Amino acid sequence: MDYYLSVATFAALNVILALGLNLISGFCGQVSLGHAAFYGLGAYGAALCSVAGLPMGLSVAVGMMVAGAFGILTGFAALRVREDFLAIVTMGVGFLFLGAVRKQAWLGAEMGIAKIPSPLDKWGYAMLAIGGAVALLLLSLHVRRSWMGRAFGAVAQDEDAARSIGIDVSGYKIAAFFIGTAAAGLAGGIYAHMTQLIVPDAFNFVQSVTILAMVVVGGIGSTLGVVAGAVLLTLMPEMFRFINDYKLLVYGGLLLAVMRFSPEGLAGLVHRWTGRRLA
Amino acid sequence: MYYVELLLVGLVWGCTYAMMALGLTLVYGLLRILHVAQATVFTLGAYVGLLVANHTGSLAAAFVAAGLAAGALGPLIYRLVYQPILDKPPFVALVASIGVLIAMEDGFRLVFGPYGLSFAKNTWFTTSLRFGGLSLNLVQIWIAIAAVVLLLLFALFATRTRAGVAWRATVSDPAIAESFGVSVSGVRHLSFFIASVLAGVAGVLVGLLNNLVEPGMGSVISYKGLAIIVLGGLGNVPGTLLASVLLGVVESFGTVYLDKVMDRDAIAFMFLIVVLMIRPQGLLGKAH
Repeated sequence: MDYYLSVATFAALNVILALGLNLISGFCGQVSLGHAAFYGLGAYGAALCSVAGLPMGLSVAVGMMVAGAFGILTGFAALRVREDFLAIVTMGVGFLFLGAVRKQAWLGAEMGIAKIPSPLDKWGYAMLAIGGAVALLLLSLHVRRSWMGRAFGAVAQDEDAARSIGIDVSGYKIAAFFIGTAAAGLAGGIYAHMTQLIVPDAFNFVQSVTILAMVVVGGIGSTLGVVAGAVLLTLMPEMFRFINDYKLLVYGGLLLAVMRFSPEGLAGLVHRWTGRRLA
Repeated sequence: MYYVELLLVGLVWGCTYAMMALGLTLVYGLLRILHVAQATVFTLGAYVGLLVANHTGSLAAAFVAAGLAAGALGPLIYRLVYQPILDKPPFVALVASIGVLIAMEDGFRLVFGPYGLSFAKNTWFTTSLRFGGLSLNLVQIWIAIAAVVLLLLFALFATRTRAGVAWRATVSDPAIAESFGVSVSGVRHLSFFIASVLAGVAGVLVGLLNNLVEPGMGSVISYKGLAIIVLGGLGNVPGTLLASVLLGVVESFGTVYLDKVMDRDAIAFMFLIVVLMIRPQGLLGKAH
């Protein structure tokens, strides 16, 4: 039972991460290759507070705000550079986070932070993570149909045209980065308390690419597709134990195959077969 | 003297970056693709070079074999991965490229083992030359020579040969170049070939420099290559070369002065972010 609970918790955390990135890259069109950095910022922020004696709820909230604050900073970068330039800058943000944390003694350097208090049991974390994932799912579905979602879509398609009809492009970009990165911070805070140990390498470039893989395999821009992608990519190595040794080979091959044969991901396949667009 | 040595080490790294980044910028200039999978080509070159060197004992044969193997892989990646998705949005090719990179990195690990291989006899690595108070090993000197010679050859190719002129015409306007009888597809294959040969040779040189060839050796240098071409102003060749050398030197001094604050990779990307915030179009790029 414990095993299933922890797999479910990780699947829910990945849904939170992937939906957050989907808000930035799918809805608002700002490709980010550094999402794991915000996951890490949330985890480190929450861990520091918790170790200092703050209650878990407050620590996780602080982690979210730390991640969101750095997300806003990255959003400002997205105002200066676009498209390919932005993809590389966000990749740089990831390396900068990793390289800076590794050298900070007060963040535990390479060893990370250990003995983080863990007030909940396995059920508690599973419920918390699933609750967070459901909340973010509902938020995503709502945003998509709201004025904000349509403005995101306009920015994604053609930001100059969007600006010319009076849409506050800068404001919406920063909003997308804030919501998406704060969500990653939430996942980080839960992760830190659950595992009680965080190390810099858990938030490296491969982790960023893994989150991106979930979004892309599910179908960038489609909320339900991304949820399916995140759950599928979490379960796959668990269902096929033998894949664990070849995990990266399979991830890489899958990314390549999806891009090559169905760039719209699972959502694209559903559309092709049933004629219906996933939300 | 210490500073001169730091500067030289930085310049040598700059030369390595330049060999990697020139190819990336060629590909970007032609197809608007961020070719992360170049790392795979680099690593393949290093492994082929190492195997040939250890079997035959000849470094010359190693370089030729590495260049050929890399030169075959690059156009193959273009053919199988990029060509079918050229009309898709840019992130599609980027994600596919990242897919190739991580799959192949795992592939190298499965074939050659996770710990890396060393050269059986690496005399360039063990021989150092002294100039006054400075000491450089032969690999570092050869890296500088190789970079300068290969880049000069490329400059001659681009300015003095028919193929070079066709290449430049295709970069500036593919449709018009094609109407003048240039084979656009041929130019693309040729660009991938040149980029890959440079990467393969650079792979062997970096393998010699560290006396270690390992599955992940290409990834960080390839990410930095992307940072460099962005820094130079995407698709801009002189900008790319300038950015390569600057990044090498900044890293070299940064690792001494910022060692307590961040690691080498972080310094490189910090530099990238700071420069882009001031000049969003890159060092030598034109403003939109």
